[in-house]
Amino acid sequence: MSKSKQVLSSSLGKKLIMSLTGLFLCSFLVVHLIGNLQLFYNDQGKAFNDYAYFMTHFTPIKIISYLLYTSIVVHAIYALVVTIHNRKARPVGYAVYRGSENSAWSSRNMGILGTVLLVFIVTHMSNFWWKYHNDSVPYVEYRTDLKTNQTTVTELVAGEFTEYVSYVDNEVEVIKAKDLYKQVAFAFKEWYLVAFYVLGMAALSFHLIHGFKSAFQTLGFDNRKYIPIIRFLGIWIFGVVIPIAFAAMPLYFYFLK
Amino acid sequence: MSGNMNLTLKVWRQKNDKTRGKFITYQANGISQDMSFLEMLDVVNEDLVRKGEDPIYFDHDCREGICGMCSLHINGRPHGPKQGTTTCQLHMRSFHDGQTIVIEPWRAAAFPVIKDLAVDRTAFDRIQHAGGYVNVNTGGVPDANGIPIPKTVADEAFESATCIGCGACVAACKNASAMLFVSAKISQYALLPQGQTERYSRAQAMVAQMDAEGFGNCTNTGACEAECPVGIKLTNIARMNREYLNAKLFKEEEAH
Repeated sequence: MSKSKQVLSSSLGKKLIMSLTGLFLCSFLVVHLIGNLQLFYNDQGKAFNDYAYFMTHFTPIKIISYLLYTSIVVHAIYALVVTIHNRKARPVGYAVYRGSENSAWSSRNMGILGTVLLVFIVTHMSNFWWKYHNDSVPYVEYRTDLKTNQTTVTELVAGEFTEYVSYVDNEVEVIKAKDLYKQVAFAFKEWYLVAFYVLGMAALSFHLIHGFKSAFQTLGFDNRKYIPIIRFLGIWIFGVVIPIAFAAMPLYFYFLK
Repeated sequence: MSGNMNLTLKVWRQKNDKTRGKFITYQANGISQDMSFLEMLDVVNEDLVRKGEDPIYFDHDCREGICGMCSLHINGRPHGPKQGTTTCQLHMRSFHDGQTIVIEPWRAAAFPVIKDLAVDRTAFDRIQHAGGYVNVNTGGVPDANGIPIPKTVADEAFESATCIGCGACVAACKNASAMLFVSAKISQYALLPQGQTERYSRAQAMVAQMDAEGFGNCTNTGACEAECPVGIKLTNIARMNREYLNAKLFKEEEAH
C-alpha cells in the first residue's frame, strides 16, 4: 500500500478528507449566497439571469463546479464509511446514555443533519440545476435604454429562441437569457417546497455550527489567538447569517412576490 | 457502617465476552451517603456472598482516584453524574434515597467484557507499547532550568501526562473513539525535548495501533473532555491530528 493510501485509510486521514471537503463546501456557500442575493433586486431577474449564464458558462467556474459536485459525493461517502466504522466500534450499546450532559446536540447528530442536507441538495439541484441545464426553462428578453435606464421585459415563447445574447445596439442594451428567476418565483409559490427549504436551512445551520469549527480541530488548528475567530465565524456567519439569508429567499418569493 | 439510603441497582451481569449479558436488579439497603460508589457495591457484594450468590465483578485498585482502574457507566455517564471524578471518588451523597441506578460496563469493541462490569483495557497498553515511550536515557532528575523548555510548555506536557488511562473517554464517546487517550500520550512527549527523537514515528505508530484495535473516529463532540476524570483537554486531539498529518505528509520524507 502506498503511503498516501495509508494516510487516507487511517482514521485521521478519513477525517482530513471530511474536513477539507467540508470547508470547500463552506467556501462555496459564501459565493452561492452572494450571487443569489441578486434575487432580491427589483429588476425582474435581469441581474440574476445574467449571473446564472455566467456561472454556467465560464470555464474556470465550470471546473470548480465539478470539483464541488465531487466534494459533495466524497463528503457523503466518507461520512457513511466513518459512520459504519463508528457503529462497529460499539457493537453493544448503552441502555442509558446521557449524551446531552456532555456534548452538544448538533455534534451528536451530524449524520442525520447531513442526510437532510443531501436530500435537500438533490431536491434543490433537480428544481433548478437540472431544469436550467435541460432547456425546461423559458427565455426572457431585457431591453434597457441606456439613456433613460428603463428596462422592458418580454417573455420569449419556449423553443422559439435558445441562445444567450448580450449586446448594445443603438444605446439599447439587449440581453436574452434563460429565465431562471421566473423558475425560482414559480417554484417558491408552493408552500411545501418553501417549508422544505426552510427546514433544509435549519439543518444547514446546526450542521455548520458544529462542522465549521470541527473541521479546523480535525486539521489540527488550535491556536489560542485564532480559535475564537473560527468559533465566531462558525456560529454567527455559517450557523446564523448564511442559513437565514438563504431561507429568506423562498420566504421572500412566497410572501412578497 | 449503616445508613439511611435504599437504592435499586440495575447491574449488567455477563459471564464472559463469549456469552450474552443482561441486567439483574438488586436492592442496596442501608447505604450511607458517606460511602463511595465502590463501597456501596462492596456492601451489595457482601450480601450476595452471604446468600451464596456470585458477587458483582468490577475493577478497582487504589480507590484514591489516581490509578485509573475503576470504571462503570453509571446512569448513562462514565464515572457517574459528577464531572472530574473517578467512580471511587464518587460518593453516595450524589444520589438520593429510592433512586434507581443503572450500572453498565464501558461499551466498546476494543474493550471486551471480562466479566460483569470489568472490561479488558489492554488495548490501551498496546497503543502505549507502539510508541508511548522515549528511547534516550533521561538520567536522573535534571537541574532546574537545565532542560531547554518554557514553563508553560512543560506545564502543558504535564497536564497531558496526568491521563490515568481509565478509558472514560472511550466510554463517553458516541463512536467509542480512543483519541483523547492517544492524543494525551502523544502530546506529553511531543511537547518535551526528550520526546523529539521519535516524535513523528511515535504519532504514526500509536495512531496505527489505535486503528488496529478497532476504536471509532472522532466527531469532536467534546464528550470525552467533559467526562475525563483528570481534565485532559480536547486540544490534545488537535495536536495529535497535527503531529500525525505532519508526520505522514511531510516529516516522513524530510531526511535524505
